[in-house]
Amino acid sequence: MDGSERVFDDRTPGVEEHEPTASVLSYTAGLGLAILATIGSFVVSQTNLLWAPGIPVGLVVLAFAQIGVHLVFFLHLGSAPDNTNNILALAFGVLIVFLVITGSIWIIANLHANMMP
Amino acid sequence: MTIATIDTLPTTVATELARGRGGGGPAPKRIVVAYGFWIFILSDIVMFSGLFAAYAVLSGNTAGGPTGSELFNLRNVFIETMCLLFSSYTCGLGALSAERRQAGRFLIFAALTFVLGAAFLFIEASEFAGMVEKRAGPSRSGFLSGFFTLVGTHGVHVTSGLIWLIYLVAQVVVKGLRAAVLRRLLCWSLFWHALDIVWVGVFTLVYLMGDFR
Repeated sequence: MDGSERVFDDRTPGVEEHEPTASVLSYTAGLGLAILATIGSFVVSQTNLLWAPGIPVGLVVLAFAQIGVHLVFFLHLGSAPDNTNNILALAFGVLIVFLVITGSIWIIANLHANMMP
Repeated sequence: MTIATIDTLPTTVATELARGRGGGGPAPKRIVVAYGFWIFILSDIVMFSGLFAAYAVLSGNTAGGPTGSELFNLRNVFIETMCLLFSSYTCGLGALSAERRQAGRFLIFAALTFVLGAAFLFIEASEFAGMVEKRAGPSRSGFLSGFFTLVGTHGVHVTSGLIWLIYLVAQVVVKGLRAAVLRRLLCWSLFWHALDIVWVGVFTLVYLMGDFR
């Protein structure tokens, strides 16, 4: 039932199909990269390392980088053909999240700008 | 090589071409279960996107009350972030041990994950209590309503993740690492990793952007 006898299986998030040592390595590499991104975010927000108006952009870039690290190293999402279904579902989710967040901010900012003083 | 030629190819090549596209017969139960749970997680993240949008819209409306930079303690937020990140790591190692049928190692990693998750919740709960004490509760301003709803919903998810973990550890102890239990563990680890991904959004949008503003 666990499908180990099959030669070609579709993949699912959270399952690493490589050698066991490679899996521990993947989690550890992911942890290291995620820690770097986290420390980067805190440093960028609290110091003058970045040009002040660029700080939000830097924070967003670091957040996306860290989310990417989590998806690849912890959830083992990849670009291999056996991951197509997972990636398609993720892409649709990302589309909806993008529409909801940017749409809300855009509409409310417009309303705010058009408010009577 | 076009799809039309698949029929004429040797079976292994045809199966290889059809990977991830439903070719080669129905997927094993483990794949189906985890894929369904992946869809649930994505819908949960879509729900969070609504709360993120509400917070982004409301964060400037402090109604004369305290702002984020007056309330947030970034040292605590950093510790919270590290707790959740390391618990994601121990959760991953625990899942690996379970896959290899190493029940003892799994229980150790599950305990570590639980302790780190509980530490996260403890810091968050004391932060909330401190804010309510300073009369900066959820009813003080639009900003604080959005804050408590977004961060609180994440906290509730972490709490339910911890309760679920206790339930699964009990199953491992009583039933052993059989296939059905492994499938439930896989779903739980997806849930836990997803919570860490949501937290990346929370600490970036709420705490870091709020504080430097």
